[in-house]
Amino acid sequence: MTTPLIELRDIEKHFGAVIALAGVSLSVHPGECHCLLGDNGAGKSTFIKTMSGVHSPTKGSILVDGAETSFASTRDAIDAGIATVYQDLAMIPLMSVTRNFWMGREPKKRVGPFNFIDFGTANQVTMDEMAKMGIRLREPNQAVGTLSGGERQTVAIARAVHFGAKVLILDEPTSALGVRQTSNVLATIDKVRKKGIGVVFISHNVRHAMAVGDRFTVLNRGQTLGTAKRGEISPEELQELMAGGQELAELEGSLGGTV
Amino acid sequence: MTADKAEPALEKDERVKEISGFRKAMIRPELGSICGTILVFVFFLLVARDSGMFSAEGALNWGVVSAQFAIIAVGACLLMIAGEFDLSVGSMIGFSGIVIALMSVTWGFPMWVAIITAFVVAVGIGWLNGYLVIRTGLPSFIVTLAFLYILRGLTIFAAIATTNKTIIGGIRDRVEGDWLAALFGGKILKGLFVWLADAGLIGKFVAGSRAGQPIVDGVPMLIVWAIVLIIFAHLLLTRTQFGNWIYAAGGDAQAARYTGVPVERVKILMFMFTAFCATVFATCQVMEFGSAAADRGLLKEFEAIISVVIGGALLTGGYGSVIGAALGALIFGVVQQGLFFAGVESSLFRVFLGGILLLAVILNTYIRRIITGER
Ligand SMILES: Nc1ncnc2c1ncn2[C@@H]1O[C@H](COP(=O)(O)OP(=O)(O)OP(=O)(O)O)[C@@H](O)[C@H]1O
Ligand SMILES: [Mg+2]
Repeated sequence: MTTPLIELRDIEKHFGAVIALAGVSLSVHPGECHCLLGDNGAGKSTFIKTMSGVHSPTKGSILVDGAETSFASTRDAIDAGIATVYQDLAMIPLMSVTRNFWMGREPKKRVGPFNFIDFGTANQVTMDEMAKMGIRLREPNQAVGTLSGGERQTVAIARAVHFGAKVLILDEPTSALGVRQTSNVLATIDKVRKKGIGVVFISHNVRHAMAVGDRFTVLNRGQTLGTAKRGEISPEELQELMAGGQELAELEGSLGGTV
Repeated sequence: MTADKAEPALEKDERVKEISGFRKAMIRPELGSICGTILVFVFFLLVARDSGMFSAEGALNWGVVSAQFAIIAVGACLLMIAGEFDLSVGSMIGFSGIVIALMSVTWGFPMWVAIITAFVVAVGIGWLNGYLVIRTGLPSFIVTLAFLYILRGLTIFAAIATTNKTIIGGIRDRVEGDWLAALFGGKILKGLFVWLADAGLIGKFVAGSRAGQPIVDGVPMLIVWAIVLIIFAHLLLTRTQFGNWIYAAGGDAQAARYTGVPVERVKILMFMFTAFCATVFATCQVMEFGSAAADRGLLKEFEAIISVVIGGALLTGGYGSVIGAALGALIFGVVQQGLFFAGVESSLFRVFLGGILLLAVILNTYIRRIITGER
């Protein structure tokens, strides 16, 4: 097997007295979609935030292309090719799609002594990249606030891909979306994976995970309950692992299998 | 449900209505202030045309007042877009003026040293404002409110303690031949105005010691500063990477941080820029009046904020326009001086201004919802 793009070993993260992560490991290979599942508060967001340089782990090691690293900031992680689409999105609704797309990496054009943003290039590239993802923008100056939830996810993903992400982390990209928008985002994940990018896909919806995942890791109360390959595990088993077993079985009985 | 079947269609979206070019040109953040400006000019053309308000002299009168508002509005505008307020602008104006007067008149330093000192100290206080806001995480409203009192108190104290007065005069004698003072107190294009007067386009004095000279003999540096600051801030905001970061810092600081924008630095720099603008205002005023007074600049922070809001900026940050703020300042200046020309009771100035503020903001809110998809 190839070296993973990124590997995290026995990550622990404590927030004061709260142990959010108590030894979580995970690896991502090129072209793979690794699903991270778990219930609310399981520690999924905290885990990927250590992966993207927002938090530094209390214990444990991070390896990028086999070499041990530590990220002092999100900038470090971004420079190492790890792009994250956060649960709370990191899009600024009042600003245009182009401005959001290029945020922090604005293309420049010199005019005399001044450096201006090259809006010609910026707008063109934004429109092209969005079109590749299957979204037709009315115009690049459209504010992100006017886009739907799925379209916003797509802008964030397109941005990450355009800037050469090797690993793309998506924190619950489908949680707020309707059926059609969800399938658009899942299709986008599939496209991204086919480019050889490693995807970490967080969800607590087993069906969404099953649709695109190659491997599945389940978190429960800050611990890994194991990693399974596609085909080795059934949706029911995953569901059960996530909820920590018996309570759900009881629930399922009373709800008639609708969960 | 599998993902593979869900290739999104790319044909023309039947849900997007074609938008006419005219409508598109109208839908802009400055629309409220553009309409306000037109309204105000039409109003005064109707009621005060014969009062001399629109002669060269009259125009200079409201032009100077508008430029004063514009200088501080530009600073307040960028800061508000970056998501913060500065309520200490007015106190800063009084403070910088007294620093200049104390340094030059009382302690005898050359004028240029005094001016540079005022700028350094003021921008330093701007930095402190920003640093405290960032460090404490308190709303800038509170931190700068504290500085509103601290600076005003210090200014009065410093003036009384050193000179026993709250007004320090004698600036004029110190300004003569000073290279830096000329940048704030002088006038430009004097030749042009002599030519205009000779051509009969503007009036000349007919009697007195200045007989034969044009009544308006040049463009005051105050107006030049206002125009330069407006152009600078507009280009910075709309055309540069730093401008993008200003919007981002105010639009959503956390999202901006995630994408690697140095939000703290941007905000602190904007506090410093606001202090810089306040000091430009103070210096020009000191040069014009030939004196500094500890109570100068009272309530200027609110006038700046009102201009910015008339100009279409969102009080919570992330959205706004420098051009709009400049038009807001123009409305402010024209209304204030125009009522004087029209011979109307000056208390009506406030009624009129309140009305314009309300109208512009209602229009702005409506436009902003269309642009940004806010609900
Ligand atoms: N900054 C923090 N300070 C203190 N506790 C925190 C912090 N961030 C997260 N936690 C705690 O860590 C635990 C894991 O939170 P996390 O956000 O990672 O959950 P999650 O799996 O992403 O949940 P969800 O599915 O709701 O997004 C929670 O109990 C949370 O309260
Ligand atoms: Mg989460």
